[in-house]
Amino acid sequence: MIDELADLYQQVILDHCKHPRNFHSLGNPTCSAQGHNPLCGDQLTLYISTKDDIILDISFVGSGCCISKASASLLTEALKGKTTKEARELFDKVHKMVTTGTTDENIGKLAVFAGVHKFPSRVKCAILPWHALMAAIEGKAQTVTTENDHT
Amino acid sequence: MNTPYKNLEEHNKILHQQNELKQIQKSNPTLFDIAVIRKDFPILNQTVNGNRLIYFDNAATSQKPIQVIEAIRNYYLNDNANVHRGIHTLSNRATVAFEKARERVASFINAKSSDEIIFTRGTTESINLVANSWGLKNLKPGDKILLTEMEHHSNIVPWQIVAERTGAEIVYVPITGDDGYLDLEAFERLLTPQVKIFSIVHISNSLGTINPVKELCHKAKTLGIVTLVDAAQSAGHCPIDVSEIDCDFLTFSGHKICGPTGIGVLYGKYKILETMPPYQSGGEMILNVDYYKTAFKKPPHRFEAGTPDISGPIGLHTAMDYLDSIGRDLIFEHDKILAQYAYDRLKEISGIRIFGPPMNRGGLVSFALKDIHAHDVVTVADQFGVALRGGHHCTQPLMKKLGVESTARASFYFYNTTEEADRFINVIKEIQKFFTS
Ligand SMILES: Cc1ncc(COP(=O)(O)O)c(C=O)c1O
Repeated sequence: MIDELADLYQQVILDHCKHPRNFHSLGNPTCSAQGHNPLCGDQLTLYISTKDDIILDISFVGSGCCISKASASLLTEALKGKTTKEARELFDKVHKMVTTGTTDENIGKLAVFAGVHKFPSRVKCAILPWHALMAAIEGKAQTVTTENDHT
Repeated sequence: MNTPYKNLEEHNKILHQQNELKQIQKSNPTLFDIAVIRKDFPILNQTVNGNRLIYFDNAATSQKPIQVIEAIRNYYLNDNANVHRGIHTLSNRATVAFEKARERVASFINAKSSDEIIFTRGTTESINLVANSWGLKNLKPGDKILLTEMEHHSNIVPWQIVAERTGAEIVYVPITGDDGYLDLEAFERLLTPQVKIFSIVHISNSLGTINPVKELCHKAKTLGIVTLVDAAQSAGHCPIDVSEIDCDFLTFSGHKICGPTGIGVLYGKYKILETMPPYQSGGEMILNVDYYKTAFKKPPHRFEAGTPDISGPIGLHTAMDYLDSIGRDLIFEHDKILAQYAYDRLKEISGIRIFGPPMNRGGLVSFALKDIHAHDVVTVADQFGVALRGGHHCTQPLMKKLGVESTARASFYFYNTTEEADRFINVIKEIQKFFTS
């Protein structure tokens, strides 16, 4: 039992949830998007500033459960300096990981979310910031929610 | 069926002593023999994530005793047929059982006649029926719909839709704060002649507040206001007497009171049901159909279009018998004792915010732990085998008013014990340690 829990709430996750990184808004973002999980009330806004398709700065504000906060925090860390194409690829890897548990070897620190797949009701929390990311780089203005989507 | 309770006098005495000595602590409220009752709920006897299951999500749905499961099984094994149509024996049996269930609902809430009982899918559909049938016919611009700030979405959204279509306006009776009482002075102020309907929850699923529905409905009635009581959290938890409350409508769901899902009840005073147009239409609810004109049946059948859920009422009938074999007055005491116990013990924990009345609450406690999201609380509690609910509990406006995104909630029923409450409290302390250490 405690093992399972430690699997979900890895130290890295607990740390990022208590001390989220890049936890502020950006003055002049190239794009931004909101994510909302109506089930939990998780709510976040992601800000991205790009130049020549490279993510120069990325940050978020919002509130939510430990998993969604840590996921947003680690997302911002993982994407700084990446191209939007790389961001999209990472989305696919993360999506696969939190739904199936299969971890890509190049996923780095984000591997801490592999345990989430054992907690089906929490997959939405982990993936929410990633949906917001996709909405932001694809320029969708609307708030993305986790409701119309099974993950 | 077993009657697990001891005699009423003895229980009242025990209860009295408990109250007097104010030592509800530990001593299980022995209003009835929970060990005997739990034999009827095999589902409770299992481990979840390696721990004995503690089912504290009864406000979402209750568990079903084997008697109810057997009644449904028996119906499908021996009596299944369509109702109100056939002439053959099985159809007669099904029809009799279906209509007997209606009579049982009438006696369960002390309605004058079973003609005042409409079967629906649940509380949600019952309220939609009233909003659409009564509301669309009777509401007009300038009219007011009076609700309270602690309503479930099912007692808000149908009224918003009807308000939009009729031009009526919704007004809310405010709550006093975290203690979750209704502001009764504001209620008096808001009770104006423009108010055409007053719809209120009996026991709040988010706060545990027990609203004085009888007094409120009587006050509303002096102005000729139509009243609806959402008894989703109270019907199987305390005695309900619609003649005493004198409300025009009362709604509840079978699945929260030991019955199956998919069946619910709308009680309506016959005089008002008679004036209401059909809600849905089709078979079963008609007297005579021509290609261009149809004559509808009288209530309640006017409001039951199509083949109804038949096993549902049959299961619900058995559930109501089961509850009354224990005694709803005793169930209510048990609920309240357990909720008070949990409340008092939670209160001892630092960094906790508890919602709803400090005393005399229905069988549930909602709370928020400082810096720990309700979903994390519920996920970890589940690892300890404790089933809680976390979220907005379908009361988003109330959550916004309280200034929280979500709360965790433990909700009790007659098969829950103080030992379970103790383990739940320990788990909450563990969770706090886990996230803050
Ligand atoms: C107070 C209250 N009203 C209405 C409902 C809706 O009941 P149902 O979902 O069974 O229609 C619920 C249950 O969630 C409730 O607690």
